[in-house]
Amino acid sequence: MSQHNPYPPTTFDLEHLTRDLDSFALQGRTALLPALHHAQDLYGYLPEEIVTEIGTRMNVPLADVYGVIEFYSMLYHEPVGRKIIRVCTNPPCSTSGGEEVLKLLCKHLEIEPNQTTSDGEWTVESVPCLGLCEHAPAVMMGDLALSRADPYDPSSILSGKITQATSIVGGDIRVLTRHCGKGEPTHIKQYEDSGGYQALRRVFENMSPSDVINDIKASGLVGRGGAAFPTGLKWEGAASVDAVSKYVVCNADESEPGTFKDRVLMEDDPHSVLEGLIIAAYAIGAHHGYLYIRGEYPRATTILEHAIAEAEQKQYLGRNILGTGLDISIEIRRGAGAYICGEETALFESIEGKRGFPRIKPPYPTTHGLFGLPTVINNVETLCNVPHIIRDGPEAFRNYGTSESPGPKLFCLSGDVARPGLYEVPFGVTLRHLIDNLAGGIVGGSPQAVLLGGAAGAFATQADFDVPLTFEDLRNTGLPLGSGVLMAFNDTRDIRQVLKGLAHFFADESCGKCYPCQLGTQRQYEILSRAAAGSPRLGDRDSLDDVGWTMTDASLCGLGQTAASAVLSALDLWPDLLGVTEE
Amino acid sequence: MTSDPIKLTIDGQEFTVPAGSTLLDAAKEAGKDVPTICYHEHCTSYGLCRVCVVEVEGQRLLTPACVAEAEDGMIVHTRNKRVERSRRTILEMLNASVDLTEAPEIVEQLHDYQADSDRFSGGWQREQPVIDDNPMFIRDYSQCVLCWRCVQVCAEDAQYTFAINFSGRGCETNISTFFDKGLTDSTCVFCGQCVGVCPTGALKPKREWLLERGHSQDEILQMTHTDRRKKKRRQERPYQTGQMK
Repeated sequence: MSQHNPYPPTTFDLEHLTRDLDSFALQGRTALLPALHHAQDLYGYLPEEIVTEIGTRMNVPLADVYGVIEFYSMLYHEPVGRKIIRVCTNPPCSTSGGEEVLKLLCKHLEIEPNQTTSDGEWTVESVPCLGLCEHAPAVMMGDLALSRADPYDPSSILSGKITQATSIVGGDIRVLTRHCGKGEPTHIKQYEDSGGYQALRRVFENMSPSDVINDIKASGLVGRGGAAFPTGLKWEGAASVDAVSKYVVCNADESEPGTFKDRVLMEDDPHSVLEGLIIAAYAIGAHHGYLYIRGEYPRATTILEHAIAEAEQKQYLGRNILGTGLDISIEIRRGAGAYICGEETALFESIEGKRGFPRIKPPYPTTHGLFGLPTVINNVETLCNVPHIIRDGPEAFRNYGTSESPGPKLFCLSGDVARPGLYEVPFGVTLRHLIDNLAGGIVGGSPQAVLLGGAAGAFATQADFDVPLTFEDLRNTGLPLGSGVLMAFNDTRDIRQVLKGLAHFFADESCGKCYPCQLGTQRQYEILSRAAAGSPRLGDRDSLDDVGWTMTDASLCGLGQTAASAVLSALDLWPDLLGVTEE
Repeated sequence: MTSDPIKLTIDGQEFTVPAGSTLLDAAKEAGKDVPTICYHEHCTSYGLCRVCVVEVEGQRLLTPACVAEAEDGMIVHTRNKRVERSRRTILEMLNASVDLTEAPEIVEQLHDYQADSDRFSGGWQREQPVIDDNPMFIRDYSQCVLCWRCVQVCAEDAQYTFAINFSGRGCETNISTFFDKGLTDSTCVFCGQCVGVCPTGALKPKREWLLERGHSQDEILQMTHTDRRKKKRRQERPYQTGQMK
């Protein structure tokens, strides 16, 4: 928007929008979120007049369109500033000064958090995890990510002289991350020169879909998004169903505090994600795929858009792939600020143009997925493993890790370690190795705990530091691997503050569909706020336990079922955490 | 399509139910009382309230009876300690969040499960002003349990009017029109089906509401008459927000 227009705008030129809406309308309701994004990009926000036009043209009930806007925190139906500054206030950013950044920025601009300056220039928001945990405290100014924001220098943040935060990558092996950490995306030539798209070539020229599935099954690859479901079985399930069409979806909506691995893979090595997704489509017989990227990852979105264009030009994607007569297209979808859309069925709803409410399972996506059709949905990291398995063979893949947990694994290290970043190791190394040898050890005090598996994970203490990080070993200790998050806390950190932060995240991000999570995440937050303030009520310990177990046992989806996971593990480790003794 | 009947064990006793029965149907058949809040036999079940959860042996988590299909050989516990813990906690949390005084069925469940009315008190509540924006019914969302039935009957479950949907999310979710406008400025056709399926006092005929507030029949006629006239006038005037009281 031009700086010379009055703010907030009172009249809107509908001409541009109307023209574009025709093409959105042809696609039906699935294009609702793209249309809303487009309109917001044009007008700065989504005023009633514009939304009415969108709903009418696209034939979506107006109340439904409003419901969708209201669901996603990055869609605004009230005017917001020309520039939006988003400050992460979840752990680990909160323990690294995120709250301070927010406070001092707001003070500097003379506004409260989530308000807009009177000249309409700035809006400052306190937001959940931005997926920049290795750069804590993380700030995004518009589409730019700022590394390690200095709370005491708000004017440098506002000056716009910001260098884009780029990935920090290390580890014992560099299989998935071989192109990562250079500070720029790998373009297609570089990717091809180091063996890229050879797997795809092999698949399309010499392998049947069942050959591909057999290789993936033989590799022992399991999902890296947290649920660890065998990838080959998932593909086989969808491949075996007869249907008019099928879909593949790449879940790039990682949003859990502490998780940033998929951002690094997409930003640094976009073609490996695409190659994996195209191979998945071939294996199950899908002609269309979606890449659902969280709204907070504008850089990854741009990079993947470019990568798709490159791949199309080289005939790896699009019509008549490598002259085989096969067509596969991939479409990027931008999320709009909803953690729940990382839940696979909520993600489908979002692509379908609805509020991101998770569906009841069964039926499962392999038979009833996107648009009710067989769908394979895989996490970014999972898909990045696929080209390696096909190109080098499942045996080479099994050379990494253990027999029950084969392959390379990415770990996101954040919090109180000397060198936060993304580390690639084979399954089977210990927490101690990752923290001490790779990330330079715990800093700022002695080790207190590590949150393993993310906000929906569990705390590990020094007693667990020598457990090999494999699915089988962790199962025995009751710790989750989740999506590979290690958030470290030194002994100066108040775990109750950390828990309050996590609880706030879940209360904020609960979709509100089922009662246990809708009400439980709020009650959990209230109890932990009292605990963090040092004023717990008698009975809070039992209440927290009941709320936690009820969410775990009775919630509809994985968000609710794990929203108390870290809290319950903390209560196990530190029974007196709340500071009240029960009768 | 006819399938063989399903044999399953409910609370230690074997029962045979028709194929396609939900666990809620099966429990009913077995004479077991499984509580529900969001469930309505004429609405699509979405498994929202989770007070109908039962324990199915071999399942990692509790199972919502209203949507889970009965399967051969299932061993179901409709009310044990584990089930009670979840039901009681959900009811306690709901009671602390929403005004349930006009939801007798839920109040009965609170008693049945010995819900403690204090443990979550003093926290967040769904407090909303009563919306009195039309002559037909009022909306008091401080009594709304988010069962979704009104939204469902307004949409594909019955009326295909799509006047209402949601705003917000999480516990801040509300039933809402387009930009929170008054119902007379929405696509609402005042069919009244939403009022009919509301399990609490959140949606209530205006007449009933006025009677409760001590107005006489004559006064009510007079008041709704004015309302009707107002509506007519409003149609000739530009948009005006519904009055909130």
